[in-house]
Amino acid sequence: AFLGIQDGFVLAAYLLCILSSLLCVVYGVIMWNRGDEPVDITWAAHEEQVEEDL
Amino acid sequence: MLAQTVSAVDIVVIVLYLLMVGYLGYLGFSRTKSATDFMIAGRKIHPFIMAMSYGATFISTSAIVGFGGVAGLFGMSLLWLTFLNIFVGIFIAFVFLAGPTRHLGHRLDAHTFPELLGRRYNSKFIQIFGGLVIFILMPLYAAAVLIGGCEFISTVFAIDYNVALLIFGIIIAAYVVIGGLKGVMYTDAMQGSLMFLGMIILLIWTYSILGGVTEAHQQLGDQADKVLGPFRAMGHRGWTATPEFGFGGTEENPEAHNLWWIVFSTIVLGVGIGVMAQPQLAVRFMTVGSKKQLNRAVLVGGVFILVMTGVAFTVGALSNLYFLEHETIAAHGYEETEEQIVTGRDRGEVRRAPVTLLHIDISGNGEPDRRVIGQGLGITADITPRDDGMVDIKPRSSSFSRAVIYRHGDWELNPDSIIPAYVTSALPGWFSMLFMLTLLAAAMSTLSSQFHTLGTSIGRDVFEQATGRHGKSVGITRIGIVIGILIAVLISAYARGGYIIARATAIFFGLCASAFLPSFIGGLFSKRVTKAAAISSMVVGFTVTAFWLLFVKVAESRAIGLVNALFGTEEEPVYSLMQGTTWAQVDPLVVALPLSLIVFVVVTFVTKPPSGEHLSRCFRTSAAQKV
Repeated sequence: AFLGIQDGFVLAAYLLCILSSLLCVVYGVIMWNRGDEPVDITWAAHEEQVEEDL
Repeated sequence: MLAQTVSAVDIVVIVLYLLMVGYLGYLGFSRTKSATDFMIAGRKIHPFIMAMSYGATFISTSAIVGFGGVAGLFGMSLLWLTFLNIFVGIFIAFVFLAGPTRHLGHRLDAHTFPELLGRRYNSKFIQIFGGLVIFILMPLYAAAVLIGGCEFISTVFAIDYNVALLIFGIIIAAYVVIGGLKGVMYTDAMQGSLMFLGMIILLIWTYSILGGVTEAHQQLGDQADKVLGPFRAMGHRGWTATPEFGFGGTEENPEAHNLWWIVFSTIVLGVGIGVMAQPQLAVRFMTVGSKKQLNRAVLVGGVFILVMTGVAFTVGALSNLYFLEHETIAAHGYEETEEQIVTGRDRGEVRRAPVTLLHIDISGNGEPDRRVIGQGLGITADITPRDDGMVDIKPRSSSFSRAVIYRHGDWELNPDSIIPAYVTSALPGWFSMLFMLTLLAAAMSTLSSQFHTLGTSIGRDVFEQATGRHGKSVGITRIGIVIGILIAVLISAYARGGYIIARATAIFFGLCASAFLPSFIGGLFSKRVTKAAAISSMVVGFTVTAFWLLFVKVAESRAIGLVNALFGTEEEPVYSLMQGTTWAQVDPLVVALPLSLIVFVVVTFVTKPPSGEHLSRCFRTSAAQKV
């Protein structure tokens, strides 16, 4: 059997592990320089307002 | 030469390693200037360090020793968990959940997971409830990690388990109290790198001694007839095959489908889905400065998790082939006992089998330093005297029957000892040492985050919210950490055997999923969800999980004993309300998570939407118009 594993369900898991890891690598390489959007902190102002209201 | 006793070189290597960890911890500690540094590392951490820290926190001795041992018991089906760990735990979590979590965490200035949920739903109850759930149950998960480390130390150095627990507990306590998350994350990156190296060597070594990838799998498949009878009755069909699938068993064998549900509902789904709502992992998403860093972390995380869990589960299953066909112990002498009883724990029940044991002297000091079964459980060890006065012993055991430990006056077969037994026997002494440091790293990186999360839960989430004394919780946090460590050590001392590491981990992960996942995901992506829905969902998820563990799932309900105390008699004990059915093997997550989700959706639609003012605090866009 392929890779010596006869059970299709186990073989699928073995291959999916490798493929999902490859997916992460490909995604990481493609997106390496994208998505820079450093952070807007609204909570502190909200808490001050609540304390004033009290 | 096998690492059987602690040599001076071993001690020097361990001390050097601990000094390095201490230095990195101090480096982080000295850069910890504020509460934000302490709790979320100042929100500015390099992507490599964040990804390695996430990976090293996610993967512990629980995954390597505990789940690796379960793979030795049940086979390669566990690789479905590796797939979920990578696809859900890394890809889905980083690509879809991490960005919104980071944004929401920043905007709401949240420092902990319960605080994130509490502020998202504007509910003090949610923050306190979440903090209490984490504080009460995190020690169970921490105990799983501690047991994994101690099983390995006690096997490799042939020292008493409780002595190993004491030493390990002291090292961990000293390490955790050093500093906050910044110190923890620096050391995590170093420890993650060490873990990566150790597991790569373990994989290459294993495949090479077993004849290569295809040959090893093929031969392991040919050993299916060596599966022990009780496991075969549960549906075990060999270590390269999926357990028999179905529900309710067959007329001849009502237990025929039990193993499938144990493997796939508890081990695979419980942990595979639960990872998305892990408090100590979600906090990691709040430590990065930008989406770019998260994208880069996907690459590191995907490879890291494959190497960690993929190797542990594959090697765990392949250890059966090594023990059955390849293991030869060169002994200076041995002594075979009279027939005696070995025990094995199965879903809370202690099973007994008559065997003879071989007490083997490997180091030549006249003291036995390894035990294997000589006769019994279908095993007959081959013993061949050599010309030089030594004796070659081939145990011919499967991994489970090879993992013999001594506990409370009994000899016991313990799945959590499979990986330690394999590494000690199959690999050279220097690797046992490296692997022990690998496991020490895996355990310390996870335990430090667990106790860090536990401490901030009781300090910031419960104490500060309940008393209104904001910023005054450092003392309470430290006391909480000490209490958490003590409880975890106590659990570790009393709860060995019956693959407790994997079960305890699955309980914590499953509970977090059922209690937190609907309100966490809903809170990230929907502006319509309501406070009442989040509270209802969390309470239902927690309550159904607790009920299922106490009254239905036989592995836990039998061990806890409440169901028998309430409904059983001496003549007719009751170990589960669904005794004798497949339901008694099903994980609480399968029932509690769907119920929690349904309640979340239904209550959302029958309650008033949150105010636009609150939503504009949570989300960048003009949220009020989008309701």
